[in-house]
Amino acid sequence: MDLSSINPILLVASLMVSATPILFAAIGELVVEKAGVLNLGVEGMMITGAVVGFAVAVNTDSPLPGFAAAALAAGVLSLSFGILTQYLLSNQVATGLGLTLVGLGLSSLIGKPYEGMKSPTLPDLHIPGISEIPVVGPMLFQHDIMVYVSIALVAGVWGFLKYSRLGLVLRAVGESHDAAHALGYKVVRVRMAAIFFGGACAGLGGAYLSLVRVPQWTEGMTAGAGWIALAIVVFASWRPWRVLIGAYLFGGVTVLQLNLQAAGAKVPVEILSMSPYLITILVLVVISARGAHGAPASLGRSFHASH
Amino acid sequence: MTFTKLLTSAAMAIGLASAAVAGSHAEKTKVGFIYVGPVGDGGWTYEHDQGRKAVVEAYGDKVETVYQENVPEGADAVRAITQMALTGADIIFTTSFGYMDPTIEVAAKFPDVKFEHATGYKRADNVSTYSARFYEGRAIQGHIAGKMTKTNKIGYIASFPIPEVIRGINAAYIHAKKVNPDVEFSIIWAYTWFDPAKEADAARALIENGADVVLQHTDSTAPQAAAAEAGGVITFGQASDMGEYAPMPRVSSIIDNWGPYYVQQVGRVMDGTWESVDTWDGIAPGMVGIGEISDAVPADVKAEALAMKDAIAAGEYHPFTGPLKKQDGSDWLAAGETASDGDLLGMGFYVEGLTGDVPN
Repeated sequence: MDLSSINPILLVASLMVSATPILFAAIGELVVEKAGVLNLGVEGMMITGAVVGFAVAVNTDSPLPGFAAAALAAGVLSLSFGILTQYLLSNQVATGLGLTLVGLGLSSLIGKPYEGMKSPTLPDLHIPGISEIPVVGPMLFQHDIMVYVSIALVAGVWGFLKYSRLGLVLRAVGESHDAAHALGYKVVRVRMAAIFFGGACAGLGGAYLSLVRVPQWTEGMTAGAGWIALAIVVFASWRPWRVLIGAYLFGGVTVLQLNLQAAGAKVPVEILSMSPYLITILVLVVISARGAHGAPASLGRSFHASH
Repeated sequence: MTFTKLLTSAAMAIGLASAAVAGSHAEKTKVGFIYVGPVGDGGWTYEHDQGRKAVVEAYGDKVETVYQENVPEGADAVRAITQMALTGADIIFTTSFGYMDPTIEVAAKFPDVKFEHATGYKRADNVSTYSARFYEGRAIQGHIAGKMTKTNKIGYIASFPIPEVIRGINAAYIHAKKVNPDVEFSIIWAYTWFDPAKEADAARALIENGADVVLQHTDSTAPQAAAAEAGGVITFGQASDMGEYAPMPRVSSIIDNWGPYYVQQVGRVMDGTWESVDTWDGIAPGMVGIGEISDAVPADVKAEALAMKDAIAAGEYHPFTGPLKKQDGSDWLAAGETASDGDLLGMGFYVEGLTGDVPN
C-alpha cells in the first residue's frame, strides 16, 4: 500500500479542526454535569448555535459576531431547560431530549433563508515566530482563533474546577446539593449559571461547524455530534484534559480513517469506519481504569430546598 | 340520564365520529413520504420533497400529504412506516434503499395501503419499486472528470456499498478511463447518506491526497463547500442541481426528477388502477436530469458530454457496453454487448482497473 500521499502536517491540522466542535460542546457539558445537571439537549443547542452563528455572520459579513451570537442564543435556549428543570423540577432526561427536538425544529425554521449561502471565512492566525517553525508551525500554530479558544477553555475549566473557590462550590453542588444548600450556597443559581455556560459552549461548537468546518448551513447538519460530545464526557470520567484527549482522538481517528481510505490503504473499510468509536472508548476507558472517577453524586437529581 | 342512556349516546357519538372520519377519508387521498434526511439537505431528500409538492400542485384539495424526515434506516423505519399507515395513508413512498425490508414488512400488515419503495428490488402485491438510472448521469460525469483532471486523481465519496452506489462508481470510472487512461479513483466509504461534517472531511481528505475532482454519492452540499474552499477542484451536484456552487466548483449535476412519477402513481390510487410495478427510468423520460454544464468546462468537452447525453436519451448508447472485465480480470461483457438490467440491479463488483475492495 502506498500511504505516501498522506501528508502528516495536513492530517494533524485537519484533525484539530475536525475535533473542535465536539470539544466545545463536551467541555461545556462537563461543567453542567459537574454541577449535578444532566442536559441531554447538547445536540439541540449545538444546532441552534450553528444556525444563529451562520445567520449573524452572513448578515454582518464577519464571523466573530456570529460566534458571539451563537453562544448567546444557545445559552438563552439552555436557560429554558434550566427554568424547567431547576425551578419547575421537571425530569432532566425528558426535558433535555425535548430541548434537542426544539433546537432541531427551531434551527430549520430560522435556517430556511440561509440554505445554499456562503459564509465569511475565519482567517487563520499567523503568529510571527512560532508559525514559521518547520513542520510544527503549520501543524499547530496556523489555525483560526477558535481552535485556540477551545483549548484555552479546557485549561480554564480545569483551573476553575481545581483551584478556585467557586469551582469548589460548583463541585459541591454536583456531589451533594443538600449539603451545599445547608452550607448556604445557592444551589439553583449555581446550576443555572452552569447550564448557561454549557449552552454557550455548545453554541460555539455548532457555529464552528457551520462557519469553519463545513462551512455552510444545512438543516440537521450536526448529525449526532452533540451525542458524541455527551458520550465523551462520560468516557473521560468528567476530567477536562481527558475530554480534550477524547475529542482529539475521535476527530483524529475520523480524519485518519478517511485519509487512509483516500490513500487506498489495504484495511477493510468496515474496520476503518468503526475505528473512531472503538479507539476513543478504548483509550479513555484504559486511562480511566485507575483512581476515583465516578459521576457527580447528584447528577440528574432534582433539587428543592424543602426536601 | 340513566347509565344505559349515557352508554348508548356515547356509542352513537363514537359511531358518528368514525363515520365522519371514514367520510373525509373517502374524499381525500392521503399520501405519505418517509425521508432519510431533512427536506433542507439540498440534495436527495430535497428532490423527493419537490416531488411531494408536485403532487399537491397537481391534485390540490383532493390530496393530503404528510412526511417524516430523518427516519433512520432499519428497525426504526418499521415504526415510522407503521405509524404513517395507521394514520390513514392510502399510499406511502419510502424514499431510501435501507427502507426495503421495513417496507415489505409493514406492507404485509396493511394489504389495503399501497407502498412505493425507491431504489430497492423487493416487491409485493401492494409494493411497487421505482428508481432512476443515475448511472447514465454518472457516465457523463466520468467523461467530464477524466477530461478535466490534471492530477489524474479523482476522488469519490461513496455512501453505502449497495448496487446503486457501486453502479455509479463503475459508470464514472469506465468513462473517465476511456478518455484518460492514466486516471485513478480514490474511493471513501462514508457509511452515511447525510452528515455534512463527515462529508466535508471526506472531501478534504481526498483533496489533500491529490484529487482535483470530487464526485459524491452522499446527500448534502458539504463536499461542494469544502471543494470551493480548497479551490481548483471540480465537483458535480448530486441528486439536486446544487447550482449555488456553479460555475466552480460545481460544473454539472445529476438531478433527480420524481414529480411526474409521484403524480402518476397517486393518480392511479385515486382512480383505482394502481398495481405493483417496477419502474426504472433514466435520461430519456426525464427522471434523470443533467444540470447545466458550466463555463468552467472547455467547450469541446461540454459538446462531447451533451452528445453522450443525447445518445443515451435516444437509446443509441448504453453506459455499460462491452468489452468490459470485472476487477478480478474475468470477462463480464463481450464487445458490443450491453449489461442486462438484472446484472445492473445486483451489481456488487468493481470493473477492471479500480483498486480496493467493495466492502461487504
